[in-house]
Amino acid sequence: MNIHEYQAKAILRNFGVPVPDGHVVYNSNQARDWARRLGEGPWAVKAQIHAGGRGKGGGIKIARTADEVKKFTREMFGMRLVTHQTGPEGKIVKRVLIEKGSNIVDEFYLSFLVDRTTDRVTLMASAEGGVNIEEVAATTPEKIFFETVDPIAGLSAYQARKIAFKLGFAMPQVKQAVPLLQKLYKTFIDCDCSLLEINPLVLTDKGDLLCLDAKLNLEDNALFRHLQIRDLRDYDEEDPMEIEASQYDLSYIALDGNIGCMVNGAGLAMATMDIIKLYGGDPANFLDVGGGATIERVTEAFKIILSDDKVEGILVNIFGGIMKCDVIATGIIEAAQQIGVSVPLVVRLEGTNVALGKKLLAESGLNLVSADSMADAAEKIVKAVKGQGDAS
Amino acid sequence: MSILIDKNTKVITQGITGATGLFHAQGARDYGTQMVGGVTPGKGGTTIDGFPVFDTVEQAVQSTGATASVIYVPPIGSADAIMEAADAGIELIICITEGVPVLDMVKVNKFLEGKSSRLIGPNCPGVITPDQCKIGIMPGYIHQPGPVGVVSRSGTLTYEAVWQLSSRNIGQSTCVGIGGDPVNGTSHLDVLKMFENDPDTEAVIMIGEIGGDAEEQAADYVRDHMSKPVAAFIAGATAPAGKRMGHAGAIISGGKGDAVSKKSHLAACGIAIADSPAAMAEALLTVWTP
Repeated sequence: MNIHEYQAKAILRNFGVPVPDGHVVYNSNQARDWARRLGEGPWAVKAQIHAGGRGKGGGIKIARTADEVKKFTREMFGMRLVTHQTGPEGKIVKRVLIEKGSNIVDEFYLSFLVDRTTDRVTLMASAEGGVNIEEVAATTPEKIFFETVDPIAGLSAYQARKIAFKLGFAMPQVKQAVPLLQKLYKTFIDCDCSLLEINPLVLTDKGDLLCLDAKLNLEDNALFRHLQIRDLRDYDEEDPMEIEASQYDLSYIALDGNIGCMVNGAGLAMATMDIIKLYGGDPANFLDVGGGATIERVTEAFKIILSDDKVEGILVNIFGGIMKCDVIATGIIEAAQQIGVSVPLVVRLEGTNVALGKKLLAESGLNLVSADSMADAAEKIVKAVKGQGDAS
Repeated sequence: MSILIDKNTKVITQGITGATGLFHAQGARDYGTQMVGGVTPGKGGTTIDGFPVFDTVEQAVQSTGATASVIYVPPIGSADAIMEAADAGIELIICITEGVPVLDMVKVNKFLEGKSSRLIGPNCPGVITPDQCKIGIMPGYIHQPGPVGVVSRSGTLTYEAVWQLSSRNIGQSTCVGIGGDPVNGTSHLDVLKMFENDPDTEAVIMIGEIGGDAEEQAADYVRDHMSKPVAAFIAGATAPAGKRMGHAGAIISGGKGDAVSKKSHLAACGIAIADSPAAMAEALLTVWTP
């Protein structure tokens, strides 16, 4: 789960990490009031959307006066902010963060994440702050420093010092960096983060280290023990169909194609998208109905697939293990009768009770095509969708 | 022979009094697996459908001589269940549970360091040696004994590969689902090493997914050390970057772990690549004759 920058900073502040004073606002009058309450300018006016690269898109401005804060905020509200991470459709700005400005002397990069190769939390740091770290990794990997954290000992002071000296800090900053890094690590662990990124960490003209921007991603599987954090979820930032699907424990991701897919198992669902592409078609979605799909979930899955106007055909690919094919067939028949499927439907069933499942489908009177294998299914649905296109 | 499990393996179920645990314990027993009991704290001394229930794994091991454990406890207690099994000296721990927090697994893997226990999973279908021992949720009847080892991050895609083999009358030595999570107990590489050392395995199908670099590490081993032919399929060629495709581990991040780079690395290591998930057995037959 992603959260906004202002929410991430509030969490960091609670853990004692130095972040700029600031407040989120929902209209431009609030913005001016908060600017005054925060004290002297300048102020940073920052659009709150779940995407990086906001500055280049006009989502971050520096205001010299409180009236300018109001003006910039007014311009930002309702604006469709497009960055390299939002896609061409951009995101509508609905919340703005007003922050006290700082005079920046230098910028650095910090992040914590779980390294899959070592199975450990890793601290990444670079003196190349404020830039796209993936570019630094690709062009000058020697400028990124790593420390692997022992899960029992946590981030030790010596590890924090090593990083601080590598970043070129003088002793006063090293002394600030050690508790700062240890508090960031504690935040990462205590909140079950999947990513905690500070880009940039800045050195101010007063000699202080400050986390100027913060990105905090929480691990979905751990939200059950972080109910307060779970409440920070901003549904406006998510695809409505993905939200709908998640309420039925369906894993759904919208794509650009026209062939809807309903599959059990994440691996098989990805593979089904791949094979559609191999036969010249384009998948409209990733949809995993899971291992224990019930008739209700199959029905909901159909509804979600069909609510996408681009869908011109549906491929159902089920390998029934524990799930019996006759149950799936019954689900498909009930769902199709309930909502009326008007596009071509190809069904491939395999596994437990497959003969009975196929028999039920054949006797249902539904206008569907049965397939014998994954390849057969992909070929048939691609052909059906293309044939339909030609006829219209 | 086989790897990890055979007809002599004695298995307990952690979380046996839950609906899922009991259902799959019964299924495994019906298949012929020696399911010797289960653990649910507070229900020790009772029996459920003929299975003796114990309060702790330690008691279960002492009474039954079990060397393997399968875990169906919910995510909140999974890490604890794994560590309890390891502490009791269980050699093979298979965690089926989906949704275990990653940082719990970081701790678990640290805990397992230096211990003799092997963990498979979490978020996996389990392990089966056909006609001998089935531990997990896979449909037993699609398997048949034979010379091909199968290792996969995905459950249903493993069934697909097994189905393609069995329908050609090619059997399997052992099939291992290692799970779709970013931090797990056993890697593709670990399983390939076991297959290489297993006299009854002649060839291997490896099924991977986008995300991480575990498949690449396994491929380097195939290139440098493996004498047996390997075929592979990588799921997720059409997956967009930055989106988690169901499995927590299946995500392309920072341009790393996409299907194209994985496939080309695997091919360069001498692995036969199935471009289509329907052609996994076919791909194996291009490098191996039964």
